[in-house]
Amino acid sequence: MNPDDRTGADGAAVGGNLLFGPQPDVAGAAGYPQAPPRMGFFTDTSVCIGCKACEVACKEWNAVPEDGLELTGMSYDNTQGLGADTWRHVAFIEQRKPLGGQEPGVAHEDVDVFAAATRLGTDAGSPGPGATAPPPDRASEAAPAGRISPLAPEGRTELRWLMASDVCKHCTHAACLDVCPTGALFRTEFGTVVVQEDVCNGCGYCVPACPYGVIDQRKDDGRVWKCTLCYDRLGVGMEPACAKSCPTESIQFGPLEELRERAQGRVAQLHAAGVTDARLYGESPDDGVGGDGAFFLLLDEPEVYGLPPDPVVTTRDLPDMWRHAALAAVSLAALALGSFVRRPR
Amino acid sequence: MSGSDVTRGGVRGARPDREALTGAAAGRRRRRRGRGEQPMVPEAEFSSYYGKPVLNRPTWKPLDIAGYLYLGGLAGGSSLLAAGADLTGRPVLARAAKLGAAGAISLSLAALVHDLGRPARFLNMLRVFKPTSPMSVGSWLLTAYAPLTMAAAATDVARRYRLVGSAATAGAAVLGTGVATYTAVLVADTAVPSWHEGYRELPFVFAGSGASAAAGLGLLAAPAGQAGPARRMAVLGAALELGSFQLMKQRMGLSAEPYEQGRPHLLLRMSEVLTAGGAALAVVSGRRRDRWLAAAAGTALLTGSAALRFAVFHAGVASAEDPKYTVVPQRERLTERGR
Ligand code: SF4
Ligand code: SF4
Repeated sequence: MNPDDRTGADGAAVGGNLLFGPQPDVAGAAGYPQAPPRMGFFTDTSVCIGCKACEVACKEWNAVPEDGLELTGMSYDNTQGLGADTWRHVAFIEQRKPLGGQEPGVAHEDVDVFAAATRLGTDAGSPGPGATAPPPDRASEAAPAGRISPLAPEGRTELRWLMASDVCKHCTHAACLDVCPTGALFRTEFGTVVVQEDVCNGCGYCVPACPYGVIDQRKDDGRVWKCTLCYDRLGVGMEPACAKSCPTESIQFGPLEELRERAQGRVAQLHAAGVTDARLYGESPDDGVGGDGAFFLLLDEPEVYGLPPDPVVTTRDLPDMWRHAALAAVSLAALALGSFVRRPR
Repeated sequence: MSGSDVTRGGVRGARPDREALTGAAAGRRRRRRGRGEQPMVPEAEFSSYYGKPVLNRPTWKPLDIAGYLYLGGLAGGSSLLAAGADLTGRPVLARAAKLGAAGAISLSLAALVHDLGRPARFLNMLRVFKPTSPMSVGSWLLTAYAPLTMAAAATDVARRYRLVGSAATAGAAVLGTGVATYTAVLVADTAVPSWHEGYRELPFVFAGSGASAAAGLGLLAAPAGQAGPARRMAVLGAALELGSFQLMKQRMGLSAEPYEQGRPHLLLRMSEVLTAGGAALAVVSGRRRDRWLAAAAGTALLTGSAALRFAVFHAGVASAEDPKYTVVPQRERLTERGR
């Protein structure tokens, strides 16, 4: 158990940057000499419209069972979180913040949408007048009849709606994989993390190990399940089902390096457009898990979306844990020895 | 929901519907107040997603896994007691400890298998050896340790193959120290705040707890003339357990809070009283040569050790179920780093 030993079996690698820190070649470190580039997701939540096409596509493609039909009252989110039967989860957050903050930087300077709206029904192909405006008797001061205004009927201007499609992060240093005693969880040649369902014995160790609360046990089945980044589709050169189905390209799939570059550009673009809230989450190889294979562009702090603000892979401290346990074992032996030594009278 | 349950905070169990807030304004749902002590740190302000936990709740069953932690400690401690008793000519104590170790480790293996989602696939644990997985290390450790305890017990009962028996007893004693302490790494090597944050002290807590449990068993079984080492082990074990637990709580920061609330709090107080009381009784029983006092001390020590394991288990689960324990320390870390 020398921490400097490097063993490659089932990704059970110890030492160097194999437990913590940047690791530019995850697949190589896991024992793939000629691995394809690392693949991942960049989920740009600034363009997510909350349609849940990803959730549906994922369920369909991966034959994920139904996970309970429940109305939660959490905005439009009745899925609640990732788990054994939810591999994509769209979060909905309603905030009292200026509407403008959500503007994704799409320029419409040359089009006056409000002027266009007043012409509703006056030209061919548009719905009749009043189709979207409130009837005259119910119109408020702030939103007079016949005109569309950015104000809510009660005159509130500050509302924004954040939507974000969450998924397994396919961590560079994946705690779930590190702690799996059977080798059921393994690193693929694409640098992703996948459970082998024919090996998992449902010990449940990976569940509390994941710092993001992703992987979970299917009760009636006993084994654990999570996003595979559509390993079967990747193998034949297809993109994952969620990315394929996303109508706004909020979910972008590709080589991680390329996605990281694109994401930097996107943040710069949003900042230039005045959306200063925009930030990347999980893109940095220097973070506590060595960077996520699936990272995000968020418009608020990660915890607002139910994501941990500064996750650290628990196995970073494992060498230290073993050291303390060894010391405790020696202390126990000494304690026993002390119990048998007669005090001199 | 049947009927309304109106509290000061509004209607209990009602969904926030369109009033639902997120961000700092929403805070988290209020926890039921623990009895007794005040929280050590003032209520922290933090954001969460509708108060939902960040982590997934551990799927381990309390009886199986807390029981596993307890029995592993009992077995490991007993193996040490058995080896010492063998060497110093205390046959009754030795036999009780050997039988205790073999019985406890068999039960703990049964608990481990029972907890699996697919018990029939238990042997997949031995598919690989992964030092990064404490459960893998533990499985291999038990694979070596359990047969040794059984050989030690069987040769003692059969009064045969003395040499094999001594070797097995000695081997079990060496591995027993690992069996009693590795379980601390098992729970600490997770993202669960109240387990992970205590990773430095928890092995010592478990070592002390295992020693006091084994001492309890020895006190129950051995006559006063042979129980001297068990009495000393009770005192030393209790001191190690209680001392390192205090140290752990002081160093854990916010993650110590779940240990002071609700069920874990109750279990911990119970374990402290039983362990400290049991150790004191053990000393008195030695002075008075009283079998009944020794039996009472033994029972108290065995129960106290079990209560501690259940407290640790439930505190961890509670810390995983409240986003506060995940978010607040991480946010503080980020602020410190000045991001
Ligand atoms: S997010 Fe969790 S389940 Fe996904 S790879 Fe990382 S540790 Fe494993
Ligand atoms: S539940 Fe399955 S995948 Fe998870 S750690 Fe155990 S064997 Fe590995």
